[in-house]
Amino acid sequence: MGGNSVKAKLRKRKIKAFVSQVLANKMALFGTVVLLFFILVAIFGPLLVPFSVLEFGEVEDMLNPPGPGHILGTDDMGRDVLGYLIAGSRISLLVGALATGISMVIGTVIGIVSGYSGKAVDNVLMRITDFFLVIPWLPLMMVLAAILGTSIWNIIVVIGVTSWAGTARVVRSQTLSVRENQFVERTVSIGAGSGHIMLHHILPNVFPLVFANTILIAAAAITSETTLSFLGLGDPAHASWGMMLHYAFETGATSTGAWWYFLPPGLCVVAVVLAFTLMGYAFDEILNPKLKER
Amino acid sequence: MNKKRIAKKLLYAAITIFFVLVFNYFLFRILPGDILSMLSRSGKTTPEMVANIREMYGLDLPWYQQFFVYLENLFTGDLGTSFIYKKPVAEVIGSRILPTVILLGVAEVLAIVVGIIFGIVSAWKRGKAIDTGLLSTSLLLYSMPTFWLGMMLILIFCVNLRLFPINGMVTPGRVFADTWAYINDVVRHMVLPMACMALVMIGEYAITMRSTMIDVLSEDYITTAKAKGFSNGYVLRRHAMPNAMLPMITLIAINLGLIVGGAIQIETVFSWPGLGNLMYGALVNRDYPLLQGVFLLTTVTVILANFLSDILYEVVDPRVKSMGG
Repeated sequence: MGGNSVKAKLRKRKIKAFVSQVLANKMALFGTVVLLFFILVAIFGPLLVPFSVLEFGEVEDMLNPPGPGHILGTDDMGRDVLGYLIAGSRISLLVGALATGISMVIGTVIGIVSGYSGKAVDNVLMRITDFFLVIPWLPLMMVLAAILGTSIWNIIVVIGVTSWAGTARVVRSQTLSVRENQFVERTVSIGAGSGHIMLHHILPNVFPLVFANTILIAAAAITSETTLSFLGLGDPAHASWGMMLHYAFETGATSTGAWWYFLPPGLCVVAVVLAFTLMGYAFDEILNPKLKER
Repeated sequence: MNKKRIAKKLLYAAITIFFVLVFNYFLFRILPGDILSMLSRSGKTTPEMVANIREMYGLDLPWYQQFFVYLENLFTGDLGTSFIYKKPVAEVIGSRILPTVILLGVAEVLAIVVGIIFGIVSAWKRGKAIDTGLLSTSLLLYSMPTFWLGMMLILIFCVNLRLFPINGMVTPGRVFADTWAYINDVVRHMVLPMACMALVMIGEYAITMRSTMIDVLSEDYITTAKAKGFSNGYVLRRHAMPNAMLPMITLIAINLGLIVGGAIQIETVFSWPGLGNLMYGALVNRDYPLLQGVFLLTTVTVILANFLSDILYEVVDPRVKSMGG
C-alpha cells in the first residue's frame, strides 16, 4: 500500500515535470495547441453544422467560390466545403488515432519480446521487422487495401499493421539496455516469470520512448489515410479530408482552378501532421536523455 | 571488407525477398478467394480467359504445388497477363520503367544536393534566423501530402501562371521538328513533377543532415581543428562534412521506399506515364496481375537497393570494418 502511494507520487511528479517542460518548449506547445483545436472541432464541430449543409445542393449551388452563405464555397455536389471539412475532421483524426494505437501495440510487444528473449525469437522477429521496415509502405498499403476492400476499418487495420516496424526497433534497443539493469536480475532471482518482468519492469521503462515515437507515427497515419483515400481506397460512406481531396481531383478541381475545394482540406492535413511532428520531435528531446546533452 | 558480414547481409536480403514472394502469393490467391472469383467479379472475363488462367496458375493443383508454379513463372519473367492491357504484365511494365527512372533520378540528385546544403547551413548557423527559416520550411515540406503539393503546384504554375503544361510527358499530337524540340517539350512537362518530388525529399534530407551535422560539430576533433587555426570553411569541408555524410547513405536507401510512394502520387496527379501511374491505373481497375507485378518489382528493387547501401556503407566507413560481428 505504502509502496503504491510513493509510486503514485513519483509518477505525479514526473508527469508534472513533463508538462512544465512541454509548456516551456515552443515547438511542443504550438503542436499541442493546434492539435487540441482540431480535436475540439472534431468533437463539437458536427454539432454546430446543420445537417442540411451536407446534403447535395441544386445545380446553381455547385462549385461556387467562397462568398456569403458558404464561407469556403461549395463542392461539385453543392455541399458546403466548410461543413464537409468539419465533418471530415472526425474520420481523419479517428483513423489516425486507431491506426496509431494498433501500430503502437504491435511495435511495443514485438520490440519488448524480441529484446528480452534474444536468440532465435529475436532473430525471427527482427527479420519480420526488417521486412516491414524496408518494404515500400504505400504500395504495400495499396495492395492490402485493394484486396481487403474499401471500408474504414480495413483502412485502419492496413495502416496499423504496416507502420509498427520503426517502433519495434526503438523499443527493442531500449529493452536490451533495460534488461541489463540489476533490478531485472534481482526480480529474476526472486522467481518472477518473463511475462511479469516484461509487463511490469521493462514496459514502464521503455514507455517514454514509445510515447514520443507514437506521436510521429500518428503523423504518418494521418498522411497515409489521406493518401489512400485520395487514391480511391477510402470509404465512400464516410467524409474525410482525404475523400474530399479525392473528389476534388476526380472532378478536375485542380485544372479548373477551384482552389477552395482542395486548399482547405490539404491545409488541415498539413496543420495536423505538422503539429504531431513538432510534438514528436519535442517530446523526443524532452524524454530522450541522450539528446538533452546537445 | 568483411566477407562474413556481407554474406550475412546478403542472406537477410534474400530472406526478405523470399518473404515478399510468399506474402505476394498468399495475398493475391488465398485471402479473397481465388483469382478466378476476383476475375468474374470484375465482369471482364470470357470462358477462354478463365481456362487460360486456370492453366497458367495451375489452379487445379494442390496449393503447395501452385506455389512452385508461381515461383517458376516468376523466375522465367512470366508475371501473367494484364486484364486491362491484354498484354503480358512484364511487357506493360517494361515500357513504363524509363519515365519513372528519369523523373526520380533527377529529383533525387537535386534533393540530395539541396537538402545537404540546407542541412549544413542550418547546422552551421544554428539558432540564427536562417536556421529557423530553413528548418520551418523543411518541416512544412515534410508534413505535406505529396499529391497535395502536386495539386498546389498545378494550381499555381499551370492554371494561374500558365507556365507549364498540366499533365503527361509530351504534348499529344504534336509533331516535332527535331530531337531538341522533343527534349525541350519533355523537359517542360517534367519540371513540375520533378520539383514536387524533390521538394518533398529536401525537407527530410535537410532535417537529417542538420541533426547529424550538429552532432559532428560538437565533437572534440572539430574544436581541435579550429584551435589549430584552420579556417571555418576548411573545418567544415574537410573535418565535419565527410563524417556527416555517412548517415545520409543509409537515409537515402531507406527513403527509396518513400520515394516509390511519392512517385505513385506524383505520377497520378501529373499523369506522368511511369510505373506509379501504372500502379494507380491497375488499382482503379482492380487489374490484379498488373498490380502484383508492379508491387513485386518495386519491392524487390527497394530491398536490393538497401542491400547495396549496406555494402557501400561498409566500404566507405572504416569504423564498421573493425567492429566485426
